[in-house]
Amino acid sequence: MADKKLGAYICKGCGIAERLDTDELAKIAKSDGKVTVAKQHDFLCNSEGVKMIQADIDAGEVTHVLIAACSRRAKTDAFRFEKVAIARANLREGVIWIRPDTEDAKETTQEMAEDYIRMGCAEVKFMTLPNASGEQGRVDHVLIVGGGFTGLTAALEVAKAGYLATIVEKTSALGGTAAQLYKRTPNHSPFAAPQDNGIADLIQQIESNDKITVHLNATVTKTEGAPGRFNAEISPDGGTKTFGSIIQASGFTPYDATQLPEFAYGKTPDVVDQLGLEALAKQANGGTIKRPSDGKEVKNVVFIQCAGQRSEKEGHLSYCSGHCCMTSVKQAMYFKDANPNIDAMVIYTELRMPGAGGEDFYRNGQNKGITFTKGMVSEVVSDSGKVSVKFKDLILNEEVDLESDLVVLATGMIPNSGVDIEVPVTEEEEKEEEKTVINIVPADSVLNLDYRQGPDLPQLVNGFTDSHFICFPYETRRTGIYAAGPVRRPMDMAQATEDATGAALKAIQALENASLGQAAHPRSGDLSFPIFRKEGCTQCKRCTVECPFGAINEDEAGYPQFNEARCRRCGTCMGACPVRVISFENYSVETVGQAIKAVDMPDEFDEKPRILVLACENDAYPALDMAGMTRREYSAFVRIIPVRCLGSVNTIWISDALNSGYDGIILMGCQKGDDYQCHFVKGSEMAHYRMSKIGDTLQQLQLETERVQTYEIAITDMHRVPKIINDMAETIEKIGMNPFKF
Amino acid sequence: MSNPVTVEKYRNNFLREVEANVEEGDWVKRCMQCGVCSGSCPLGPHWEHPPQELFMMIRAGKRDEVLGSSSMWMCTSCYNCIARCPRELPITHIMHGLAHYAKRLGLSPKNQQTKKFAQKFWDNLSKKGRVNELKLGLSLYFMNGFMEGVKMSLKMQKVGLGMLKTKRMSPFEMLGGHGCKDSKGLQAILNKAREIEEAKISKFQG
Ligand code: SF4
Ligand code: SF4
Ligand code: SF4
Repeated sequence: MADKKLGAYICKGCGIAERLDTDELAKIAKSDGKVTVAKQHDFLCNSEGVKMIQADIDAGEVTHVLIAACSRRAKTDAFRFEKVAIARANLREGVIWIRPDTEDAKETTQEMAEDYIRMGCAEVKFMTLPNASGEQGRVDHVLIVGGGFTGLTAALEVAKAGYLATIVEKTSALGGTAAQLYKRTPNHSPFAAPQDNGIADLIQQIESNDKITVHLNATVTKTEGAPGRFNAEISPDGGTKTFGSIIQASGFTPYDATQLPEFAYGKTPDVVDQLGLEALAKQANGGTIKRPSDGKEVKNVVFIQCAGQRSEKEGHLSYCSGHCCMTSVKQAMYFKDANPNIDAMVIYTELRMPGAGGEDFYRNGQNKGITFTKGMVSEVVSDSGKVSVKFKDLILNEEVDLESDLVVLATGMIPNSGVDIEVPVTEEEEKEEEKTVINIVPADSVLNLDYRQGPDLPQLVNGFTDSHFICFPYETRRTGIYAAGPVRRPMDMAQATEDATGAALKAIQALENASLGQAAHPRSGDLSFPIFRKEGCTQCKRCTVECPFGAINEDEAGYPQFNEARCRRCGTCMGACPVRVISFENYSVETVGQAIKAVDMPDEFDEKPRILVLACENDAYPALDMAGMTRREYSAFVRIIPVRCLGSVNTIWISDALNSGYDGIILMGCQKGDDYQCHFVKGSEMAHYRMSKIGDTLQQLQLETERVQTYEIAITDMHRVPKIINDMAETIEKIGMNPFKF
Repeated sequence: MSNPVTVEKYRNNFLREVEANVEEGDWVKRCMQCGVCSGSCPLGPHWEHPPQELFMMIRAGKRDEVLGSSSMWMCTSCYNCIARCPRELPITHIMHGLAHYAKRLGLSPKNQQTKKFAQKFWDNLSKKGRVNELKLGLSLYFMNGFMEGVKMSLKMQKVGLGMLKTKRMSPFEMLGGHGCKDSKGLQAILNKAREIEEAKISKFQG
């Protein structure tokens, strides 16, 4: 540690000096924090303050900097210094803003600030400056798996941005399902009529673009590597090529309507699914659509919405496929536009016309004379050439039996997401997994990833690929591979356009990041990566299994093999490792562990308990900051440490904290489960699971289980976090102090 | 039934008939069945078929039930529904349009009170082109029989005398009353209008 020179810079602005004794803080930084330089400034984030710090750095006075001022989330631009490790002590949002300005509170508030100085000094002392891993390489080429509408759109977007794209399409033609459509639902005002599907034009653009290569009748038979250096084997004769990133646009398979015998599908040609109707419309080409059974012109047609969808019946899809209401309106228009005297009726339970244009399209359908009946179809009967629909009119509350020339079933989409690879992590999860598996998901692998964790993208529910659907919709759980289109969630062509464009931009970003050795979201720009000390590893494989992003392979000897470019820097592996051999330069078991221990622990009889909060930096820490900004008070006994993800919390921190006298510990992470908010998908879930086992540790120490609590916190929970902290303080008052103080 | 019109259920024949012949009937197909009108109608709970339901019945081809219903006769023209309909249907007008069309076809319920009074009002007005309020009032009192009329007249005696005294009503109106200048011309106009309308609906009368 000889070459480490620590400096603490304490800001007196924003009211900090009025509330805290900053001279004392500087003294503590020197005595307890062992800094060589401790300076105060009236306004640290202004140019003078920053210059003062920079001068010390330039003079070689300091290599490790502690900024004791506002939250680490504030003034990040001002406090960005090259070539030094930086930590922050949160005296503003974390101390003076959450404590009352009273004589009574003065002492405990000052103690809080002093501890944050000690913690910050301890943290920064154990940090080193991250360097890019050196693994990076630059490949300006995006692989696009799937030559349907989404894949074609993505390829064009990639090419337009100046990068190369290669499309691998399984069938003998481009265009996918979209090419089978007679027309598409309109995507622009006035949303009044079906419009050309645009596929011919799209294909023409693809073919005349020299940045795009197309492989037809081809599949990806092996994918290995990481962002910036994916090697994909394109079979049968495309060879192995290197790509910077991948877009999976493998689309969907239409639900097999023969599974709906109650709707007479397969019993008579006069019951068709929506794609069947598209084929009839193509045949008619603007003329009146003919009945498949006898070729007579259709005089009336019934559309049955949600056929085999949004239903809990066995073999049905439980979800809504999103596009089918719009599609039925479009198809009913085929009839009305050819001849307004044809009766076209849509039977629905709930009509869903998404998007700004959806409502207009519905209205325009009504204006054209399409009728809509809220009803529940029980059966379609085919008898001696006649088809009749039996349904209950839900408005008039009566059973109806209606003969119809043609019946169209609005069946759903099944994602082509390949093999469901989800490794059950916990026993409970295992059970749940079994329950949700649908056997109708096609099981051929799409990507054939040569990853320890399985050949395809992990799925969330109903076979759709997992992605953080609110914040980072295209990010899958395999870094550098982006899912777009109906493989990600059910959608129509308008939404697929957005998806393709978004995924194309993300794919470009990924290959650019990889070339610099930087992390992708949400720690974008982070250069640190997991460092692994092989000597200590017991080959327990926990890191390999728990890494939510499949970043870790195994070498022949069974040791973990980190692929830095695949890593998202969440630290889940670090939290998982029982022998603690995984760390980051600027974030490790040590940096946090030392901060925990740096706190000045009062005597058991001082009646000053200490509560440790480990708060996820993505949502919980901002929520705590906002509690400060809105001046919500919370206990002065709390000491908060931000963590990258709750998944990075190693249980050693908990047992060390309990052993060194903390009276309560609160873990704050994001929401877990199927509707997770966790920025690292599985991190919060892992942490909750690990903490459910902490009871043993507590029992061994003969401590009450209430002393350790885990919460799911949303970024908007600024009113809830103070309460959680204060409740813990109350609990401790009730159950008494931790006897392990020394 | 006097109208041997065959309407197939859930086909659009009746909807088309309504579109062609009922005032603002063209709007019926635009209803999205949200039920806001029925929920807004102060009288809706007392009707057999509130507006939303009537519109669905039209689409379901329930010609006899719709035209024979007393529901639309109960509309008080409060305009609550029009103000609230998210699809901006002129519901009030459609209610009156339906009532009118049913009456014209002779399908409306026999002893419907509103219908009876509406007829009296029309007869009174169309005779001279001016409403004779005295006669109209009395005919309303005696609409449901002589005894009923006497009872009603006695009950309203005070109001009537008050109106006479303040010259809001003239007893001489009883002797024929005032009218518009060209009463003959008025009749000619009305006859012509009737002729046009009858021609229009004849094809739906079977
Ligand atoms: S668990 Fe997180 S930090 Fe560890 S290798 Fe995987 S992505 Fe990287
Ligand atoms: S409020 Fe309008 S749209 Fe809604 S049910 Fe009534 S008429 Fe139909
Ligand atoms: S105008 Fe007629 S139908 Fe509409 S709310 Fe009033 S009474 Fe009901």
